[in-house]
Amino acid sequence: MSDRLSVFKTYKLYVGGKFPRSESGRVYEVSDSKGNWLANAPLSSRKDARDAVVAARKAFGGWSGATAYNRGQVLYRVAEMLEGRREQFVREVAEAEGLSKAKAAAVVDATVDRWVWYAGWTDKIAQVIGGANPVAGPYFNLSSPEPTGVVAVLAPQESSFLGLVSVVAPVIATGNTAVVIASEKAPLPALSLGEVLATSDVPGGVVNVLSGRTAEIAAPLAAHQDVNAIDLAGADEALAKELEIAAADNLKRVLRPQAVDYSETPGIDRMTAFLETKTVWHPTGSLGASGSSY
Amino acid sequence: MPTSPKFSASLEEGGAPTHALSDVTASDSTLRRFLHGLPGVDAVGLEARAASLGTRSIKTTAKAYAIDLAISMVDLTTLEGADTPGKVRALGAKAVHPDPTDRTTPTTAAVCVYPDMVAVAKEAVAGSGVKVASVATAFPAGRAALEVKLADVRDAVAAGADEIDMVIDRGAFLAGKYLKVYDEIVAVREACGDSARLKVIFETGELSTYDNIRRASWLGMLAGADFIKTSTGKVAVNATPANTLLMLEAVRDFRAQTGVQVGVKPAGGIRTTKDAIKFLVLVNETAGEDWLDNQWFRFGASSLLNDLLMQRQKLATGRYSGPDYVTVD
Repeated sequence: MSDRLSVFKTYKLYVGGKFPRSESGRVYEVSDSKGNWLANAPLSSRKDARDAVVAARKAFGGWSGATAYNRGQVLYRVAEMLEGRREQFVREVAEAEGLSKAKAAAVVDATVDRWVWYAGWTDKIAQVIGGANPVAGPYFNLSSPEPTGVVAVLAPQESSFLGLVSVVAPVIATGNTAVVIASEKAPLPALSLGEVLATSDVPGGVVNVLSGRTAEIAAPLAAHQDVNAIDLAGADEALAKELEIAAADNLKRVLRPQAVDYSETPGIDRMTAFLETKTVWHPTGSLGASGSSY
Repeated sequence: MPTSPKFSASLEEGGAPTHALSDVTASDSTLRRFLHGLPGVDAVGLEARAASLGTRSIKTTAKAYAIDLAISMVDLTTLEGADTPGKVRALGAKAVHPDPTDRTTPTTAAVCVYPDMVAVAKEAVAGSGVKVASVATAFPAGRAALEVKLADVRDAVAAGADEIDMVIDRGAFLAGKYLKVYDEIVAVREACGDSARLKVIFETGELSTYDNIRRASWLGMLAGADFIKTSTGKVAVNATPANTLLMLEAVRDFRAQTGVQVGVKPAGGIRTTKDAIKFLVLVNETAGEDWLDNQWFRFGASSLLNDLLMQRQKLATGRYSGPDYVTVD
């Protein structure tokens, strides 16, 4: 037997580019699929949610204003960092979801590929869902998709890593900033993802990761006036209904929970869910034989 | 307070006030002896006291009371080179109805502008009880001849300013020419006449030591300030809990010795409701309830008001508000 003491990891939240403990000082026990203790994770309070929204709002201007190409580069960098931490994520996913090492490795590979897939979409989504509209008049008429703002994301409860990335990546790829509530019983891959994001050029506050009781943290986020949209992927039916009612107060965009097979190639639905289309009319003046009349 | 000897009341010519301490301003040397005779500040103790008073938990009804009180104490300020009449009018409208969606919100104490904007501001807040404060005396540096400064003050008062925020000559103060600073404040006090209250800005960030802040506080109060104010908001270090605590101790001790009550105005760097409530705790625990009124305590701030309003909305509705629901100023 080795006489070396174990070095346990203190899992912390990821808010505004920093790693705080919960404001409440609470933690809860996270166990693997067989009930063995894995670690203590922070049990976030509504004040942590509030602070995360402030951080996300602060980051929104810079992130949404960055060029789509630049966002793609940054997201690809995240995929590179994920790849570098592959071993750690394989272990965490295997423990969290009770998978064999080989299956967990396949999940992690799929997750990295998913991230790369969304990184490629950042500068292409505008061509697909925006563009010039044909109009009968001396105008240019252009539709361009714009990010909605701060999006609260309830990560899927079962798929702790692939599911998480499948809901977070489309939100930030389109220029939104996110407040993510990790899976309640398997938050560790999400908290480790925060460490990856912190070391991969993603500006602080673009993604904020909270762990804790989903219902407790989601309620103030759904009612929060400064949250522009909410993805209810990780909510059960009763909670989703309650949150949708709270979200109606400031007309948040709501993405209802739906049965998704995260291993399949996603469509662009999750990206378009958090984009708003802005249409502008721009006068060209009358175009004579000599061209523009300007 | 372990203090300087008491001085008997005496009459004096000129505009200087008469009270138990009038003697000390008779000459440069007596003034210097008095100011340097003030007990030294225990910096560590002062900061520890300010920090410990900042840990109070103020919740629910007490918080609602504190927020309304803080709103009523705000000197809503715009002191930019780019101020336009339109911006000042917008600020005035906001001072009168800080939250147009909730008419139970109290008005702010005042709007604070440059002298040339006083007339515009006066018109914008007419009939609402909101005062118009104007910075003067070559704000913010205070580097001009006395005549120029006095003309600046007279100009603002003539335009209808209810309050004048003057800056002291920090150069003279740091050089030890206390009587010069004193005479200047007295002259400005006279120029304010009966119609305007005088706030004296020390720019604590430029005074270097707590001892200097204590001396400046007493100097200002001896010269007849109605308010002593921490800073202009134009330098790196503005109002801190520690220097505000020090000034609150000074006004408390000054009233104990002379019977004259002087107000305090921390300015600059106070941006959140949490900070504002910490200052109110300082006031209550140091100077006492007599100062918990916008006649005697003010916040010089601009962005603070929005945070107070968002917190107020949160208390009223139970959900967190956001910057979309307050004005952008």
